[in-house]
Amino acid sequence: MSPVHYVALSVILFVIGAVGVLVRRNAIVIFMCIELMLNACNLAFVAFASMHGNLDGQVIAFFVMVVAAAEVVVGLAILMAIFRARRSASVDDANLLKY
Amino acid sequence: MTHVLAAGTNTDVVARETLFWILAILAVSAALAMILVRRAVHCAMMLAVVMLCLATMYAMQGAPFLAFVQIIVYTGAVLMLFLFVLMLIGISSSDSVVETIKGQRLAAGVAAIGFFVILILGIGHAAIGPAARPTAEFGPTNLTGLSTLIFTTYVFPFEVTGALLITAALGAMVLAHRERTAPKPTQRELAARRLSSGQLAPDPSPGVYALHDAADRPALLPDGSTSDASVSPTLSQREVGEELQFVRPEETVAISAESGERVPAPAVPAPPSEGADS
Repeated sequence: MSPVHYVALSVILFVIGAVGVLVRRNAIVIFMCIELMLNACNLAFVAFASMHGNLDGQVIAFFVMVVAAAEVVVGLAILMAIFRARRSASVDDANLLKY
Repeated sequence: MTHVLAAGTNTDVVARETLFWILAILAVSAALAMILVRRAVHCAMMLAVVMLCLATMYAMQGAPFLAFVQIIVYTGAVLMLFLFVLMLIGISSSDSVVETIKGQRLAAGVAAIGFFVILILGIGHAAIGPAARPTAEFGPTNLTGLSTLIFTTYVFPFEVTGALLITAALGAMVLAHRERTAPKPTQRELAARRLSSGQLAPDPSPGVYALHDAADRPALLPDGSTSDASVSPTLSQREVGEELQFVRPEETVAISAESGERVPAPAVPAPPSEGADS
């Protein structure tokens, strides 16, 4: 398969993840959709690495994975703190900063 | 092991194409199901399917290390963390289908289509050539090649990543830590609270006098009805079937004989909780 197929697939997955972030209300589901978008980016990076024939793309994908892991840890901790304060995981209920 | 993975670079072209299309359809449908299912747990399962598909694709494209990291770190650790937090927050939490902003879904769909068109146009204009001829770096020496790059060219980003991970671990500890705002209640205060609450004994344990003693079976009261206090609220939110199925067979006979009116069972065996209490 040529890399363009993989990049097209990664575009589709990225757009689906973006729709999920826009549409869903549960904060955990939104986080999962963000993970989907990051995974789609990784797929494109790996495809470009195989297109260019060097490993730089794979190294970048590795760094993306590490950053995503850190992001998940902090994000879920924030979610737990919000849930403890508001008893809800819905993004609509976190509205204390509203005017 | 490396031989099996490296075989991805020189297997039959037809087999690779078939595998690609199967995985692509599986990944896209799982991703679509992810944004369509209402329960967060099902969403996590769909995400696991997508991640496993992508891991296989990494292996097909000559990235065996990333394929394993994808499975171990993403599907193993990150997704388990998601499920862990889901269990803490409440497994039954499902999304509301109410649209809080008017026309938000329609606008999101239009924006997604526009975004998709822009990205596809960008790909169409970009010169994405065929895959380069696979070298040994995409097979047996993938790991050494990656480590050489990480510890030479990308050594500074690697160090920064270490700082990021430490910061994230500290941040998670700080955010998850709960500061005690009120002093810890003493035993005397706890006893006073219990006396004033009106219920001296603890909640009945699930399954007492019922047919099964599973955690989701409510305890039976002397009149044959079930006690809601004996089951965790999370479990009792689920669908329960006919109420009589929790009743012992001889009690079922007694209840149905009285045309629905519940009567105490004629011969109740020794309560199972007695032995547990002593």
